[in-house]
Amino acid sequence: MGRYVARRLLQLIPVFIGTTFLIYLLVWALPGDPFAGKCGERPCPESFVAVMREKFNMDDPLFIQYGKYLLNLLQGDFGETFSGTSVGTLISNAYPVTIRLALIALLFEALIGVIAGILTGLRGRGFMDNLVLVSTLFLIAIPTFVTGYLVQTVFGLQLGWIAPTVSGNASWGELLAPGFVLASVSMAYVARLTRTSIAENKRADFVRTAVAKGQPQHRVVGVHLLRNSAIPVVTFLGTDLGALMGGAIVTEGIFNINGIGGLVFRSIARQEGTTVTGVVVLLVIVYLVMNLLVDLLYAVLDPRIRYD
Amino acid sequence: MTDPTAAASAGKMETRAQEEITAEGHGARPGGGADDGKQRSLWGDAWVSLRRRPIFIISAVIILFLTVMALFPGLFTSVDPTKADLSLARQTPSADAWFGYDQQGRDIYARVIHGVRASLVVGVLATLGTVLLGSLVGLFAGFYGGWLDAILSRFADVFFGLPFVLGAIVILSTFNPPGTSYGPVRIIFQVIFSIVVLSWPVTMRIMRSAALTAKQQDYVKAARALGASPTRIIFRHLLPNTLAPVLVYGSIALGTYIALEATLSFLGVGLRTPVVSWGVMISDAKELIRIAPHMLLFPAGALAVTVLAFVMLGDAVRDALDPKMR
Amino acid sequence: MSTEGQSAESPNPSPLEDPAAPAVVQQGSEPLLAVSGLHVEFRTQEGVARVLNGVRYHVDAGETLAVLGESGSGKSVTANTVMGILEMPPAAITAGEIRFRGEDLLTASASRRREVRGEGIAMIFQDALSALNPVFTVGFQIEEQLRKRRGMSRKDARKRAIELLDLVRIPNAKGRVRQFPHEFSGGMRQRAMIAMSLALDPEVLIADEPTTALDVTVQAQIMDLLAEIQRERNMGMILITHDLGVVAEVADRIAVMYAGRIVEEADVHSIYRKPGHPYTRALMDSMPRLDQRGQELNTIKGLPPSLTAIPEGCPFHPRCPLAIDLCREKDPELLTIAEGRVSACHRSDELMRDE
Repeated sequence: MGRYVARRLLQLIPVFIGTTFLIYLLVWALPGDPFAGKCGERPCPESFVAVMREKFNMDDPLFIQYGKYLLNLLQGDFGETFSGTSVGTLISNAYPVTIRLALIALLFEALIGVIAGILTGLRGRGFMDNLVLVSTLFLIAIPTFVTGYLVQTVFGLQLGWIAPTVSGNASWGELLAPGFVLASVSMAYVARLTRTSIAENKRADFVRTAVAKGQPQHRVVGVHLLRNSAIPVVTFLGTDLGALMGGAIVTEGIFNINGIGGLVFRSIARQEGTTVTGVVVLLVIVYLVMNLLVDLLYAVLDPRIRYD
Repeated sequence: MTDPTAAASAGKMETRAQEEITAEGHGARPGGGADDGKQRSLWGDAWVSLRRRPIFIISAVIILFLTVMALFPGLFTSVDPTKADLSLARQTPSADAWFGYDQQGRDIYARVIHGVRASLVVGVLATLGTVLLGSLVGLFAGFYGGWLDAILSRFADVFFGLPFVLGAIVILSTFNPPGTSYGPVRIIFQVIFSIVVLSWPVTMRIMRSAALTAKQQDYVKAARALGASPTRIIFRHLLPNTLAPVLVYGSIALGTYIALEATLSFLGVGLRTPVVSWGVMISDAKELIRIAPHMLLFPAGALAVTVLAFVMLGDAVRDALDPKMR
Repeated sequence: MSTEGQSAESPNPSPLEDPAAPAVVQQGSEPLLAVSGLHVEFRTQEGVARVLNGVRYHVDAGETLAVLGESGSGKSVTANTVMGILEMPPAAITAGEIRFRGEDLLTASASRRREVRGEGIAMIFQDALSALNPVFTVGFQIEEQLRKRRGMSRKDARKRAIELLDLVRIPNAKGRVRQFPHEFSGGMRQRAMIAMSLALDPEVLIADEPTTALDVTVQAQIMDLLAEIQRERNMGMILITHDLGVVAEVADRIAVMYAGRIVEEADVHSIYRKPGHPYTRALMDSMPRLDQRGQELNTIKGLPPSLTAIPEGCPFHPRCPLAIDLCREKDPELLTIAEGRVSACHRSDELMRDE
């Protein structure tokens, strides 16, 4: 197990470097003069540009630039924006909101998705099954931004049940509706995955054995069937946290949440390369770490998996 | 934006198909006497079961309809979708304009009809690109294994690790910075490119595991022992047997790519004028949702129906190719 | 694998101490388990498959009944119906009785049926790897029975589980109880399943092709173990198999199935001496024999009928070398042809006379 973790961590290094380099390359290759409009109406003075180019190592070849950036990053330094604000501060202001939103979404996804999946998976064909199948189809087919506007208009503006936009401090309660919107597509996937997994395992020989043993129905389902069906669902939920955080950008825009989405948009518009790279780097780290955790969790859930 | 059920069942599907075939051969199923002359192939079987499914018929009809709309928009409307008449701005649906007019007084019905083309082109080409690129890389990685597999897999991981929407925003703003305007072909290809670049690892993984499974099959071992060349083994033996899972993934992905294009256009980094796109229409409508809800309703409805049709098609194809789920 | 030396050390609980055996005296000549007139259909898209068409057999305490037949003849379906683990739908029981100690299980309540499972009738499946739950330890799966059905404490259940694993001669039972099914070899897994089925001291044990998935050498060991346990515990055992070699060694009586019905039933000696049905005879002839080396092996021509379209008359007539016009028209009834022997063949008299 220890050796497996070590090997996986080693594998993460090239992926981490590759992903961050790719983003760095794309961001710093953004066409246009990054100093246009930074000094009011007039073009920036030569001396200011020279200082900035020096500060951001912009005269070095791209590889060297990236190397220096990575070195700072490893020391926990995300760099500064052109105006001198610490990117670390910007990120630490925006990230907690997005993480809260993603966690709420994950909770919705897990609760509603798994319950719907279990109900339909167990019962098999029938009204409930069709209802869930059709509603998951709709959830998948309607993009998040449409769902977002519908929820905002109907529940926020017309019925007044929720606040149409989220306040600056973005409390847990305020994030419930946006979290639901963010979860909508994944929720449908979780429901279907759970349903398929249960429907498949329902006919498994070991479930038949549990029935033949005379174990009560609730144990056959609750212990033997669900335990085995949980494996793919847990895997999906684990890897989805990173995707939810990355995908939160749309939901944040609709409900006016001050998370990383807004930060990225503003930074791209102002060509603040360090901020964009910093945000994406953190997302990549979340994604990679969650993947590793899921792989390790797999061993706990399924004893047949051997790490060597 | 990947359907886990598609990917999960895709991996197993191929071995299932094998099992089904052997089960048929032994006549082990209670209903399947071996001498009734109904020995159908997997594909034949799938087709027979597809034709019986209402969900397949419905989605196929919708897709056919949308295709005709994309090819010949003139059949459905003679109004120019870009013609703006400010005096008609935000008028609600009427007999003249079934879906009403938008902020700039353009006919929404005509714009919805003309918007099909961009959505379908992006969906189809992005799917083709993803499937071709991903399959090719996956096949070679799975077949050759070893260090080539390790390198290709890590390479795929790099792209897989990028958050989808964020990655697409960065790519598109790099190649298509705000304020510039390119021709419609270039804009469409940039959107397709960014989708393909970010999603090929999914098909690569499906294909790789399918190729790994197929490689262990006796008939492939036999072909190798008989001295068949690697290219021949890949194209004659591996490819046909890995087709089903990728096909299923492709048809579901097509729907999600259309939704993705709309999302990017909505965010202002995807398609833009002069291309007529549902995503842009929805984006235009978002500020006016209270005064002119029809501006949001019709393009969003068209988008949902289109995505729904492809996801349903993918569902039906998967169920048909996956005999155990019947 | 285990040696005889180990068996001497393993505890062998006497059947007389069996706490599960009710004090009720068997009423008259009622057998322990009796199936009669059992009809089961599978309703599929392709049509209705008549999988069981009036199956009848019985087993007494301390007796082994072998159910013999080709794949698809309905052996396992009958067993699953007895256990009540048939998937319904697509399956449907259209007629019949399953009497356990005189009580009809088909009309019994669901909770009563559950009580009988494991405690009255237990079952061993063909493929232990898929029949055991892969995510729980072997110990857990045995202890589950003791804890949930007998209310034993965790500690007692673990102790008993180790005893049971010892009983089926799994070496190092103490360590193995904590392992998962995939960590066991094929033979050991089947032993673990046997141990699990014995946990509640059942009166009838149904073994559905228990050795088919195993190596030949292991097969013999498992069969010996089953036979020994059956003898010691005075259980009734139903052994489902298509292996005639196995049958001769352990069975007391044989029921031969074809197209979802019993075509012949007799004690093992008389059936081997003189089969009373052409199908049984064909099965016996298709066994390789040392005294016929060099000759071509006799096989049964043709295939079993499709259960969606069972031929009229005797279902075996298209493959039967003795078929006459009557066989094409009339389905023969299961009739007594000798003391304790029944056969469903219009020409069984000739078969019995024929030397």
